[in-house]
Amino acid sequence: MYSQGLIGADGATEEDEAFLQAFQKRIDAELKIEPNDPMPEGYRKTLVRQMSQHAHSEIIGMQPEGNWITRAPTLRRKAALLAKIQDEGGHGLYLYSASETLGVSREELTDQLLSGAAKYSSIFNYPALTWADIGAIGWLVDGAAIMNQIALCRCSYGPYARAMIRICKEESFHQRQGYEIMIALCNGSDEQKELAQDALNRFWWPSLMMFGPSEGDSVHSSQSMAWKIKRFSNDDLRDKFINATVPQAEYLGLSVPDPDLRWNEQTKSYDHGDIDWEEFWRVVKGDGPCNRERMKNRRRVHREGAWVREAALAHAQKREERKQTSRMAAE
Amino acid sequence: MTEVTTPLWEVFIRARNGLSHKHAGSIHAADSEMALQAARDVYTRRGEGQSVWVVRSSDIVASDPVDKDMMFEPTATKIYRHPTFYEIPDEVGNM
Repeated sequence: MYSQGLIGADGATEEDEAFLQAFQKRIDAELKIEPNDPMPEGYRKTLVRQMSQHAHSEIIGMQPEGNWITRAPTLRRKAALLAKIQDEGGHGLYLYSASETLGVSREELTDQLLSGAAKYSSIFNYPALTWADIGAIGWLVDGAAIMNQIALCRCSYGPYARAMIRICKEESFHQRQGYEIMIALCNGSDEQKELAQDALNRFWWPSLMMFGPSEGDSVHSSQSMAWKIKRFSNDDLRDKFINATVPQAEYLGLSVPDPDLRWNEQTKSYDHGDIDWEEFWRVVKGDGPCNRERMKNRRRVHREGAWVREAALAHAQKREERKQTSRMAAE
Repeated sequence: MTEVTTPLWEVFIRARNGLSHKHAGSIHAADSEMALQAARDVYTRRGEGQSVWVVRSSDIVASDPVDKDMMFEPTATKIYRHPTFYEIPDEVGNM
Protein backbone atom coordinates (compact mmCIF):
# COMPACT_ATOMS: atom_id res chain seq x y z
CA MET A 1 0.00 0.00 0.00
CA TYR A 2 2.14 2.47 -1.17
CA SER A 3 0.73 5.59 -2.69
CA GLN A 4 2.49 8.88 -2.31
CA GLY A 5 1.36 12.45 -2.78
CA LEU A 6 1.22 12.82 -6.55
CA ILE A 7 4.56 13.88 -8.02
CA GLY A 8 4.37 16.32 -10.92
CA ALA A 9 0.63 16.39 -11.58
CA ASP A 10 -0.63 18.62 -14.34
CA GLY A 11 -4.39 18.84 -14.59
CA ALA A 12 -4.35 21.24 -17.54
CA THR A 13 -7.34 20.70 -19.77
CA GLU A 14 -8.85 22.32 -22.85
CA GLU A 15 -12.55 21.52 -22.99
CA ASP A 16 -15.17 24.24 -23.26
CA GLU A 17 -16.73 25.78 -20.17
CA ALA A 18 -20.13 24.10 -20.59
CA PHE A 19 -18.56 20.63 -20.73
CA LEU A 20 -16.37 21.29 -17.70
CA GLN A 21 -19.30 22.65 -15.72
CA ALA A 22 -21.49 19.67 -16.53
CA PHE A 23 -18.67 17.36 -15.46
CA GLN A 24 -18.12 19.31 -12.24
CA LYS A 25 -21.83 19.07 -11.49
CA ARG A 26 -21.63 15.29 -11.65
CA ILE A 27 -18.59 15.28 -9.37
CA ASP A 28 -20.27 17.64 -6.89
CA ALA A 29 -23.30 15.35 -6.81
CA GLU A 30 -20.91 12.54 -5.74
CA LEU A 31 -21.65 10.58 -8.92
CA LYS A 32 -18.79 8.22 -9.77
CA ILE A 33 -17.11 8.54 -13.14
CA GLU A 34 -16.83 5.24 -15.03
CA PRO A 35 -14.35 4.26 -17.79
CA ASN A 36 -16.27 5.24 -20.93
CA ASP A 37 -17.94 8.34 -19.48
CA PRO A 38 -16.98 11.65 -21.04
CA MET A 39 -14.27 13.29 -18.91
CA PRO A 40 -11.89 16.24 -19.24
CA GLU A 41 -8.49 15.30 -20.64
CA GLY A 42 -6.81 16.80 -17.56
CA TYR A 43 -8.87 14.54 -15.30
CA ARG A 44 -7.88 11.49 -17.33
CA LYS A 45 -4.19 12.46 -17.45
CA THR A 46 -4.00 13.21 -13.72
CA LEU A 47 -5.58 9.86 -12.91
CA VAL A 48 -3.36 7.87 -15.28
CA ARG A 49 -0.34 9.47 -13.71
CA GLN A 50 -1.48 9.03 -10.12
CA MET A 51 -2.76 5.47 -10.52
CA SER A 52 0.27 4.28 -12.46
CA GLN A 53 2.67 5.88 -9.95
CA HIS A 54 0.73 4.04 -7.30
CA ALA A 55 0.97 0.74 -9.20
CA HIS A 56 4.70 1.18 -9.84
CA SER A 57 5.19 1.85 -6.11
CA GLU A 58 3.54 -1.46 -5.24
CA ILE A 59 5.80 -3.32 -7.65
CA ILE A 60 9.05 -1.62 -6.63
CA GLY A 61 7.91 -1.86 -2.99
CA MET A 62 8.32 -5.63 -3.16
CA GLN A 63 12.11 -5.24 -3.33
CA PRO A 64 13.13 -3.88 0.08
CA GLU A 65 11.12 -6.60 1.83
CA GLY A 66 11.98 -9.32 -0.65
CA ASN A 67 15.55 -9.04 0.60
CA TRP A 68 14.47 -10.53 3.92
CA ILE A 69 12.39 -13.54 2.86
CA THR A 70 15.29 -15.95 3.15
CA ARG A 71 16.48 -14.36 6.40
CA ALA A 72 13.19 -14.11 8.31
CA PRO A 73 13.81 -15.30 11.90
CA THR A 74 11.02 -17.90 12.05
CA LEU A 75 8.79 -19.84 9.68
CA ARG A 76 5.76 -17.86 10.94
CA ARG A 77 7.45 -14.54 10.08
CA LYS A 78 8.57 -15.90 6.73
CA ALA A 79 5.08 -17.07 5.75
CA ALA A 80 3.62 -13.67 6.76
CA LEU A 81 6.30 -11.75 4.85
CA LEU A 82 5.79 -13.85 1.73
CA ALA A 83 2.03 -13.30 1.90
CA LYS A 84 2.52 -9.56 2.37
CA ILE A 85 4.86 -9.25 -0.58
CA GLN A 86 2.51 -11.30 -2.73
CA ASP A 87 -0.25 -8.86 -1.75
CA GLU A 88 1.88 -5.93 -2.89
CA GLY A 89 2.31 -7.59 -6.28
CA GLY A 90 -1.45 -8.16 -6.42
CA HIS A 91 -2.14 -4.54 -5.49
CA GLY A 92 0.13 -3.41 -8.29
CA LEU A 93 -1.92 -5.53 -10.69
CA TYR A 94 -5.30 -4.18 -9.45
CA LEU A 95 -3.98 -0.67 -10.00
CA TYR A 96 -2.49 -1.37 -13.42
CA SER A 97 -5.81 -2.79 -14.62
CA ALA A 98 -7.70 0.17 -13.15
CA SER A 99 -5.28 2.50 -15.03
CA GLU A 100 -5.83 0.57 -18.24
CA THR A 101 -9.54 1.47 -18.16
CA LEU A 102 -8.37 5.01 -19.02
CA GLY A 103 -6.94 3.93 -22.36
CA VAL A 104 -3.27 3.25 -21.63
CA SER A 105 -1.83 -0.21 -22.25
CA ARG A 106 0.01 -2.31 -19.68
CA GLU A 107 3.04 -2.31 -21.99
CA GLU A 108 3.10 1.51 -22.09
CA LEU A 109 2.89 1.70 -18.30
CA THR A 110 5.69 -0.84 -17.89
CA ASP A 111 7.86 1.03 -20.38
CA GLN A 112 7.29 4.29 -18.47
CA LEU A 113 8.54 2.66 -15.28
CA LEU A 114 11.54 0.95 -16.90
CA SER A 115 12.62 4.04 -18.83
CA GLY A 116 12.44 6.14 -15.68
CA ALA A 117 9.75 8.42 -17.17
CA ALA A 118 7.31 7.42 -14.42
CA LYS A 119 7.95 7.93 -10.72
CA TYR A 120 7.24 5.69 -7.77
CA SER A 121 7.06 6.40 -4.05
CA SER A 122 10.36 7.77 -2.72
CA ILE A 123 10.21 5.52 0.35
CA PHE A 124 11.32 2.43 -1.59
CA ASN A 125 14.66 3.96 -2.35
CA TYR A 126 15.69 3.43 1.26
CA PRO A 127 17.32 0.11 2.18
CA ALA A 128 15.96 -2.47 4.65
CA LEU A 129 19.21 -3.01 6.55
CA THR A 130 18.04 -5.08 9.53
CA TRP A 131 15.12 -7.36 10.42
CA ALA A 132 13.72 -4.49 12.51
CA ASP A 133 13.34 -2.53 9.28
CA ILE A 134 10.78 -5.10 8.14
CA GLY A 135 8.82 -4.28 11.30
CA ALA A 136 9.21 -0.54 10.74
CA ILE A 137 8.17 -0.80 7.08
CA GLY A 138 4.95 -2.63 7.95
CA TRP A 139 4.16 -0.33 10.86
CA LEU A 140 5.16 3.06 9.41
CA VAL A 141 5.29 2.73 5.63
CA ASP A 142 2.12 0.65 5.32
CA GLY A 143 0.57 2.79 8.07
CA ALA A 144 1.25 5.97 6.09
CA ALA A 145 0.01 4.35 2.90
CA ILE A 146 -3.23 3.25 4.58
CA MET A 147 -3.95 6.87 5.67
CA ASN A 148 -3.63 7.93 2.08
CA GLN A 149 -5.56 5.02 0.64
CA ILE A 150 -8.54 5.18 2.96
CA ALA A 151 -9.06 8.71 1.66
CA LEU A 152 -8.79 7.40 -1.92
CA CYS A 153 -11.60 4.87 -1.41
CA ARG A 154 -13.92 7.82 -2.01
CA CYS A 155 -12.14 8.99 -5.15
CA SER A 156 -14.52 10.11 -7.91
CA TYR A 157 -13.15 7.61 -10.45
CA GLY A 158 -15.00 4.33 -9.96
CA PRO A 159 -12.31 1.78 -10.91
CA TYR A 160 -9.70 3.53 -8.72
CA ALA A 161 -12.06 3.74 -5.74
CA ARG A 162 -12.98 0.06 -6.10
CA ALA A 163 -9.33 -1.01 -6.29
CA MET A 164 -8.62 1.08 -3.19
CA ILE A 165 -11.43 -0.52 -1.21
CA ARG A 166 -10.06 -3.93 -2.02
CA ILE A 167 -6.51 -2.89 -1.20
CA CYS A 168 -7.47 -1.29 2.13
CA LYS A 169 -9.25 -4.47 3.19
CA GLU A 170 -6.07 -6.45 2.61
CA GLU A 171 -3.74 -3.82 3.95
CA SER A 172 -4.46 -3.84 7.61
CA PHE A 173 -2.73 -7.21 8.03
CA HIS A 174 0.44 -5.60 6.67
CA GLN A 175 0.55 -2.91 9.31
CA ARG A 176 -0.35 -5.29 12.13
CA GLN A 177 2.33 -7.83 11.22
CA GLY A 178 4.89 -5.00 11.16
CA TYR A 179 3.84 -3.67 14.54
CA GLU A 180 3.90 -7.18 15.98
CA ILE A 181 7.54 -7.51 14.86
CA MET A 182 8.29 -4.22 16.64
CA ILE A 183 6.56 -5.43 19.83
CA ALA A 184 8.60 -8.64 19.83
CA LEU A 185 11.85 -6.70 19.41
CA CYS A 186 10.94 -4.13 22.07
CA ASN A 187 10.15 -6.90 24.55
CA GLY A 188 13.43 -8.64 23.73
CA SER A 189 17.07 -8.03 24.66
CA ASP A 190 18.66 -4.58 24.80
CA GLU A 191 20.23 -5.20 21.41
CA GLN A 192 16.85 -6.07 19.90
CA LYS A 193 15.29 -2.93 21.32
CA GLU A 194 18.18 -0.90 19.90
CA LEU A 195 17.51 -2.43 16.48
CA ALA A 196 13.87 -1.34 16.75
CA GLN A 197 14.84 2.22 17.77
CA ASP A 198 17.37 2.40 14.95
CA ALA A 199 14.74 1.31 12.40
CA LEU A 200 12.31 3.95 13.69
CA ASN A 201 15.07 6.57 13.49
CA ARG A 202 15.76 5.80 9.86
CA PHE A 203 12.16 5.30 8.67
CA TRP A 204 10.35 8.09 10.54
CA TRP A 205 11.22 11.03 8.30
CA PRO A 206 11.02 9.18 4.98
CA SER A 207 7.55 7.93 6.09
CA LEU A 208 6.40 11.52 6.70
CA MET A 209 7.70 12.43 3.23
CA MET A 210 5.41 9.78 1.71
CA PHE A 211 2.50 12.23 1.96
CA GLY A 212 4.31 14.61 -0.39
CA PRO A 213 5.24 18.27 0.13
CA SER A 214 2.85 20.88 1.53
CA GLU A 215 0.71 22.04 -1.32
CA GLY A 216 0.31 25.66 -0.25
CA ASP A 217 -1.76 27.27 -2.97
CA SER A 218 -0.83 24.75 -5.65
CA VAL A 219 -3.18 25.04 -8.62
CA HIS A 220 -2.80 21.37 -9.56
CA SER A 221 -3.68 20.24 -6.10
CA SER A 222 -6.82 22.36 -5.85
CA GLN A 223 -7.92 21.05 -9.26
CA SER A 224 -7.46 17.46 -7.98
CA MET A 225 -9.48 18.38 -4.90
CA ALA A 226 -12.26 19.94 -7.00
CA TRP A 227 -12.40 16.81 -9.16
CA LYS A 228 -12.42 14.70 -5.98
CA ILE A 229 -9.45 12.68 -7.15
CA LYS A 230 -7.93 13.83 -3.90
CA ARG A 231 -9.99 14.29 -0.76
CA PHE A 232 -7.55 15.68 1.81
CA SER A 233 -4.42 17.81 1.63
CA ASN A 234 -0.98 16.21 2.05
CA ASP A 235 -0.48 18.07 5.33
CA ASP A 236 -3.84 16.95 6.76
CA LEU A 237 -3.09 13.31 6.02
CA ARG A 238 0.44 13.64 7.41
CA ASP A 239 -0.92 15.14 10.66
CA LYS A 240 -3.45 12.34 10.94
CA PHE A 241 -0.67 9.80 10.54
CA ILE A 242 1.54 11.46 13.17
CA ASN A 243 -1.35 11.67 15.64
CA ALA A 244 -2.10 7.99 15.18
CA THR A 245 1.52 6.83 15.26
CA VAL A 246 3.12 8.72 18.16
CA PRO A 247 1.07 6.86 20.84
CA GLN A 248 1.99 3.57 19.14
CA ALA A 249 5.69 4.48 19.47
CA GLU A 250 5.12 5.37 23.13
CA TYR A 251 3.53 1.97 23.72
CA LEU A 252 6.65 0.35 22.31
CA GLY A 253 8.82 2.51 24.58
CA LEU A 254 10.58 3.99 21.53
CA SER A 255 11.28 7.66 20.98
CA VAL A 256 10.27 9.44 17.79
CA PRO A 257 13.41 11.07 16.32
CA ASP A 258 12.02 14.62 16.26
CA PRO A 259 13.12 16.97 19.08
CA ASP A 260 10.43 19.49 18.01
CA LEU A 261 7.55 17.03 18.27
CA ARG A 262 5.04 18.46 20.76
CA TRP A 263 1.36 17.97 21.54
CA ASN A 264 -0.55 21.14 20.76
CA GLU A 265 -3.51 21.50 23.07
CA GLN A 266 -5.15 24.14 20.87
CA THR A 267 -5.12 22.17 17.62
CA LYS A 268 -5.45 18.81 19.44
CA SER A 269 -2.68 17.60 17.19
CA TYR A 270 1.10 17.16 17.23
CA ASP A 271 3.36 19.93 15.96
CA HIS A 272 6.39 18.46 14.22
CA GLY A 273 9.85 19.63 13.18
CA ASP A 274 10.82 20.67 9.65
CA ILE A 275 10.92 17.96 7.03
CA ASP A 276 14.04 17.90 4.85
CA TRP A 277 12.39 18.44 1.46
CA GLU A 278 15.75 18.69 -0.24
CA GLU A 279 16.31 15.08 0.67
CA PHE A 280 12.86 14.22 -0.67
CA TRP A 281 13.50 15.82 -4.06
CA ARG A 282 16.96 14.30 -4.25
CA VAL A 283 15.45 10.84 -3.72
CA VAL A 284 12.53 11.45 -6.13
CA LYS A 285 14.95 12.62 -8.81
CA GLY A 286 17.03 9.46 -8.59
CA ASP A 287 19.70 10.09 -5.97
CA GLY A 288 18.36 8.13 -3.00
CA PRO A 289 20.38 5.34 -1.40
CA CYS A 290 18.83 2.59 -3.58
CA ASN A 291 17.26 4.21 -6.69
CA ARG A 292 19.79 2.70 -9.08
CA GLU A 293 19.61 -0.73 -7.53
CA ARG A 294 15.79 -0.80 -7.58
CA MET A 295 15.62 0.17 -11.25
CA LYS A 296 18.47 -2.16 -12.19
CA ASN A 297 16.67 -5.10 -10.58
CA ARG A 298 13.34 -4.21 -12.17
CA ARG A 299 14.89 -3.92 -15.65
CA ARG A 300 16.85 -7.13 -15.22
CA VAL A 301 13.79 -9.11 -14.11
CA HIS A 302 11.74 -7.71 -17.00
CA ARG A 303 14.49 -8.66 -19.46
CA GLU A 304 14.92 -12.11 -17.98
CA GLY A 305 11.17 -12.72 -18.13
CA ALA A 306 10.89 -11.77 -21.80
CA TRP A 307 11.32 -15.35 -23.06
CA VAL A 308 8.54 -16.53 -20.73
CA ARG A 309 6.09 -13.96 -22.10
CA GLU A 310 7.08 -14.81 -25.67
CA ALA A 311 6.84 -18.56 -25.07
CA ALA A 312 3.40 -18.23 -23.43
CA LEU A 313 2.09 -16.22 -26.38
CA ALA A 314 3.62 -18.62 -28.92
CA HIS A 315 2.10 -21.60 -27.09
CA ALA A 316 -1.32 -19.90 -27.01
CA GLN A 317 -1.07 -19.17 -30.73
CA LYS A 318 -0.04 -22.73 -31.56
CA ARG A 319 -2.96 -24.18 -29.61
CA GLU A 320 -5.37 -21.75 -31.25
CA GLU A 321 -4.13 -22.77 -34.71
CA ARG A 322 -4.45 -26.47 -33.89
CA LYS A 323 -8.00 -25.90 -32.74
CA GLN A 324 -8.80 -24.12 -36.00
CA THR A 325 -7.23 -26.90 -38.08
CA SER A 326 -9.10 -29.70 -36.34
CA ARG A 327 -12.34 -27.72 -36.61
CA MET A 328 -11.81 -27.33 -40.35
CA ALA A 329 -10.97 -31.03 -40.67
CA ALA A 330 -14.16 -31.95 -38.82
CA GLU A 331 -16.22 -29.80 -41.17
CA MET B 1 9.29 -3.34 -25.94
CA THR B 2 7.20 -6.50 -26.32
CA GLU B 3 5.92 -6.56 -29.91
CA VAL B 4 2.78 -8.62 -29.28
CA THR B 5 0.66 -7.52 -26.35
CA THR B 6 -0.60 -10.08 -23.85
CA PRO B 7 -4.43 -10.24 -24.06
CA LEU B 8 -6.64 -8.72 -21.37
CA TRP B 9 -9.28 -10.82 -19.57
CA GLU B 10 -12.13 -9.79 -17.31
CA VAL B 11 -12.48 -11.81 -14.12
CA PHE B 12 -15.81 -12.80 -12.53
CA ILE B 13 -15.98 -14.52 -9.17
CA ARG B 14 -18.76 -16.40 -7.39
CA ALA B 15 -18.20 -15.81 -3.68
CA ARG B 16 -20.28 -18.83 -2.70
CA ASN B 17 -22.87 -21.10 -4.19
CA GLY B 18 -26.21 -19.35 -4.33
CA LEU B 19 -24.71 -16.05 -5.46
CA SER B 20 -24.06 -14.98 -9.04
CA HIS B 21 -20.61 -14.36 -10.48
CA LYS B 22 -19.56 -10.75 -9.97
CA HIS B 23 -16.96 -8.72 -11.85
CA ALA B 24 -13.77 -8.58 -9.77
CA GLY B 25 -11.28 -6.91 -12.12
CA SER B 26 -9.04 -7.86 -15.01
CA ILE B 27 -5.72 -9.54 -15.72
CA HIS B 28 -3.40 -10.16 -18.64
CA ALA B 29 -2.66 -13.70 -19.81
CA ALA B 30 -1.60 -15.44 -23.01
CA ASP B 31 -4.36 -18.07 -22.95
CA SER B 32 -7.47 -19.15 -21.05
CA GLU B 33 -5.65 -21.61 -18.82
CA MET B 34 -3.10 -19.05 -17.68
CA ALA B 35 -5.86 -16.48 -17.32
CA LEU B 36 -7.69 -18.74 -14.85
CA GLN B 37 -4.52 -19.33 -12.85
CA ALA B 38 -3.63 -15.63 -12.77
CA ALA B 39 -7.22 -14.73 -11.78
CA ARG B 40 -7.01 -17.18 -8.90
CA ASP B 41 -3.66 -15.75 -7.72
CA VAL B 42 -4.67 -12.12 -8.07
CA TYR B 43 -8.30 -12.11 -6.96
CA THR B 44 -8.81 -15.02 -4.54
CA ARG B 45 -5.96 -14.87 -2.02
CA ARG B 46 -8.35 -14.82 0.94
CA GLY B 47 -11.08 -17.29 0.11
CA GLU B 48 -13.07 -14.79 -1.96
CA GLY B 49 -14.33 -17.38 -4.38
CA GLN B 50 -15.81 -20.79 -5.09
CA SER B 51 -15.78 -20.35 -8.85
CA VAL B 52 -14.01 -18.10 -11.36
CA TRP B 53 -14.93 -17.10 -14.91
CA VAL B 54 -12.53 -15.38 -17.26
CA VAL B 55 -13.71 -13.70 -20.46
CA ARG B 56 -11.58 -12.06 -23.14
CA SER B 57 -12.17 -8.32 -22.66
CA SER B 58 -12.33 -7.89 -26.43
CA ASP B 59 -15.33 -10.28 -26.52
CA ILE B 60 -17.44 -8.07 -24.25
CA VAL B 61 -19.99 -5.90 -26.00
CA ALA B 62 -20.82 -2.83 -23.92
CA SER B 63 -23.36 -0.06 -24.30
CA ASP B 64 -21.96 3.40 -24.91
CA PRO B 65 -22.54 5.87 -22.04
CA VAL B 66 -23.48 8.43 -24.74
CA ASP B 67 -26.53 6.27 -25.53
CA LYS B 68 -27.52 6.09 -21.88
CA ASP B 69 -30.68 8.18 -22.29
CA MET B 70 -31.86 6.37 -25.39
CA MET B 71 -31.19 2.98 -23.79
CA PHE B 72 -32.54 3.46 -20.31
CA GLU B 73 -34.62 6.63 -20.12
CA PRO B 74 -37.85 5.06 -21.54
CA THR B 75 -38.18 2.82 -18.47
CA ALA B 76 -38.26 5.85 -16.17
CA THR B 77 -41.65 6.93 -17.55
CA LYS B 78 -43.23 3.47 -17.27
CA ILE B 79 -44.14 3.72 -13.64
CA TYR B 80 -47.02 1.27 -14.18
CA ARG B 81 -44.35 -1.46 -14.23
CA HIS B 82 -43.90 -1.02 -10.49
CA PRO B 83 -46.24 -2.52 -7.87
CA THR B 84 -46.66 0.81 -6.06
CA PHE B 85 -48.48 2.20 -9.14
CA TYR B 86 -51.57 0.19 -8.21
CA GLU B 87 -53.75 1.12 -5.28
CA ILE B 88 -55.05 -1.67 -3.12
CA PRO B 89 -57.30 -0.85 -0.14
CA ASP B 90 -55.68 -1.33 3.28
CA GLU B 91 -58.37 -3.82 4.27
CA VAL B 92 -57.10 -6.25 1.66
CA GLY B 93 -53.76 -6.47 3.51
CA ASN B 94 -50.41 -7.26 1.99
CA MET B 95 -50.35 -8.03 -1.68
